[in-house]
Amino acid sequence: MASQQRIAGLGTEVRSDRAVPARAGTRATSFADREVKPAPWHSSDFVASEKDSVTNFLGWFSIGLGLAEVFAPQAVARLIGLKEDEHTTLLRAYGVRELAAGVGILTRPKPTYWMWNRVIGDAVDLKSIRNAMEAEGNDRAKLKLAALAVAGVAALDVVSSMRLTSEASPAAGKDPGSYKTADTDTDSVIAAVVTVNKPVEEVYNFWKDPRNYAEFMDQMESVHPTTGGRSHWKVKAPPGLSVEWDAQVVQDIPNQLIRWTSVDSTNIDSTGTVRFRTAPGNRGTIVSLDVEYKPKGGPLGAKIGKLFATMPKTQMQNDLRRMKQLIELGEVVKSDATAVPGMHPAQPPSAKELEARP
Amino acid sequence: MRATCWEAPRHVAVENVPDPEILNSNDAIVKITSTAICGSDLHLYNGFMPTMEKGDILGHEFMGEVVEVGKTVKNLKVGDRVVVPFPIACGQCWNCQHEMWSLCENSNPNAWMQEKMLGHHCSGVFGYSHLLGGYAGGQAEFARVPFADVGPLKVPEGLTDDQVLFLTDIFPTGYMGAEMCDIAPGDTIAVWGCGPVGQFAIASARLLGAERVIAIDRFPHRLQMAREKAGADVTINYEETNALEALKELTGGVGPDGCIDAVGLESHAPGIEGWYDKAKQSMRWENDRPIALRHAIMSCRNGRTVSVIGVYSGFIDKFPMGALMNRSLTIKSGQCHVHRYMKPLLQHIINGDIDPSFVITHRMSLDDAPVGYDIFNKKQDECMKVVLTPH
Repeated sequence: MASQQRIAGLGTEVRSDRAVPARAGTRATSFADREVKPAPWHSSDFVASEKDSVTNFLGWFSIGLGLAEVFAPQAVARLIGLKEDEHTTLLRAYGVRELAAGVGILTRPKPTYWMWNRVIGDAVDLKSIRNAMEAEGNDRAKLKLAALAVAGVAALDVVSSMRLTSEASPAAGKDPGSYKTADTDTDSVIAAVVTVNKPVEEVYNFWKDPRNYAEFMDQMESVHPTTGGRSHWKVKAPPGLSVEWDAQVVQDIPNQLIRWTSVDSTNIDSTGTVRFRTAPGNRGTIVSLDVEYKPKGGPLGAKIGKLFATMPKTQMQNDLRRMKQLIELGEVVKSDATAVPGMHPAQPPSAKELEARP
Repeated sequence: MRATCWEAPRHVAVENVPDPEILNSNDAIVKITSTAICGSDLHLYNGFMPTMEKGDILGHEFMGEVVEVGKTVKNLKVGDRVVVPFPIACGQCWNCQHEMWSLCENSNPNAWMQEKMLGHHCSGVFGYSHLLGGYAGGQAEFARVPFADVGPLKVPEGLTDDQVLFLTDIFPTGYMGAEMCDIAPGDTIAVWGCGPVGQFAIASARLLGAERVIAIDRFPHRLQMAREKAGADVTINYEETNALEALKELTGGVGPDGCIDAVGLESHAPGIEGWYDKAKQSMRWENDRPIALRHAIMSCRNGRTVSVIGVYSGFIDKFPMGALMNRSLTIKSGQCHVHRYMKPLLQHIINGDIDPSFVITHRMSLDDAPVGYDIFNKKQDECMKVVLTPH
């Protein structure tokens, strides 16, 4: 069965012989095999209820304090050093607040809201105690103790609330079947990808020759092949600082992958992997590069490590873009502003500026 | 050489700058004979496009004579007279090979900047900010033209600069705007904005067989040109009447079959809507004032197309997505893929179907470019299109 599709704006008919319904059918079958679960009636059904002990304690603490304030306000007043007869209504109201927070904390799967509610309650309590200390007839020593107790609980409340707030959704990290990008905060890997409009063989052959690397890797001054799959890499560095190493190709699968790792380097260990595959629909070759830099010990190593650790992904992406230009066009494309290093307006660089460029 | 440089918002100056040299092997250097100020240059002039720097040479509508070619150039030789398309396109990437020239994957060395703002990047453009590559523009005595084998079109004998200059941008842009409406016999097309691009959208809708064309603007001289030169049947002055109601009345209540936004990010409207967007834009709470776009969407006939050729830079507010979704509207857009249209439109000019020079209202020497910008921006002296002659 042939289906026809018109690609927007191209004015060309694209014919495909793939039978679309059959594909949909395959998918449906695989889902039908799965165990059928009853429909959830509340979003919390999806969430494993795993509250930590501190949060649970604070929930029960709220209930206890709330019950005492509602049903025995005089006893509470006595305990914290208030004149018994004056504050019963206010204490009962605070008790209702505590009960609400307690129930919320103990019953909600993720009681972020109710924990922050406790934090606000603590602030109100502390302010009330302060007011009471300034009033006549209250026991200041007892009130001070009460303030200390509230402050202690408040600290727990703040810590617990902030943890709940910063926690990702309870479902996070529970989907190993889905695609994830590298975490640039925790992984020391920088990765970038680009699609080159050439067959995979041509792209792979370009990468086979390390002499090409310095042409598009902005940080490299030169990369020279030596012997036995080795090459010598030299980084563009400020005068006086020399960063260079030898790299050894450790894996080479034609038209699929090249992996190299640094050897005999004094400052830095690096491993790079470049992968090649034909893009879906034969629309060129997808080139993905990831490089891991691990600085070796010593102050210089640490300094260089920092240099590489902060090398933004954008820079590697730009490297790959220049690589694409080299393969598709044979040279790196220059605009008037980017033909010379540094900031330059979009006007022709002068002969002097062009001479000065590296 | 002398060149028109952006200095600061609402300040351009003609300065002495270095002559261009060949930087890439497929470059050509063109001695410019005619160059124009585009309505989209006013967005730069007014400071609405980010990443402009002091000293940037403006201009993306230019033509002239080839005076030098790089070592790999095969299609051009010194002495050829060429018009240069405004998008810079390499011809080798997937998008170029599929005729999406303004989406060239290789010609924007500052692609990463655009990726941050737009998700993905577009081609480089002459004289149109660092975001679009940082290329020197053509409101100058000379320009370096990259990918000389791909873009420039050789001008046949017997045609004047005025007749072919607008193949660089505004004629193809207007044409693509009309083409995106998928015009069928019997269709009514409405065009917002009767600047030069709008005029060519109107004329192109005619060329593509629209039965009726309705033009919308606020300047009587532009609406008059739309009626008398471009071929609009009816014009609406939105400051004198409710354009949406007028369009309903003129289309039997169903709305135009194709609605073309040839206005872009500095749209106007009388009353509260205009003030709302002006305030938000001036406080940088939205990049663009999308008033014409909203009206085009709200007016469009159910199931038909809104075509956006006015320039937008970033984010807009109060976008009527409900109208788009519930009424099965299609929105089509793009920086013009000029290379696709240059030859067919040149043929229309040769055939005498259209003479694009009808939009020209002012001619000046390059040194008067600042005056040209000023009067065009203020819409003084019925200014519509300024052509500069550098030599």
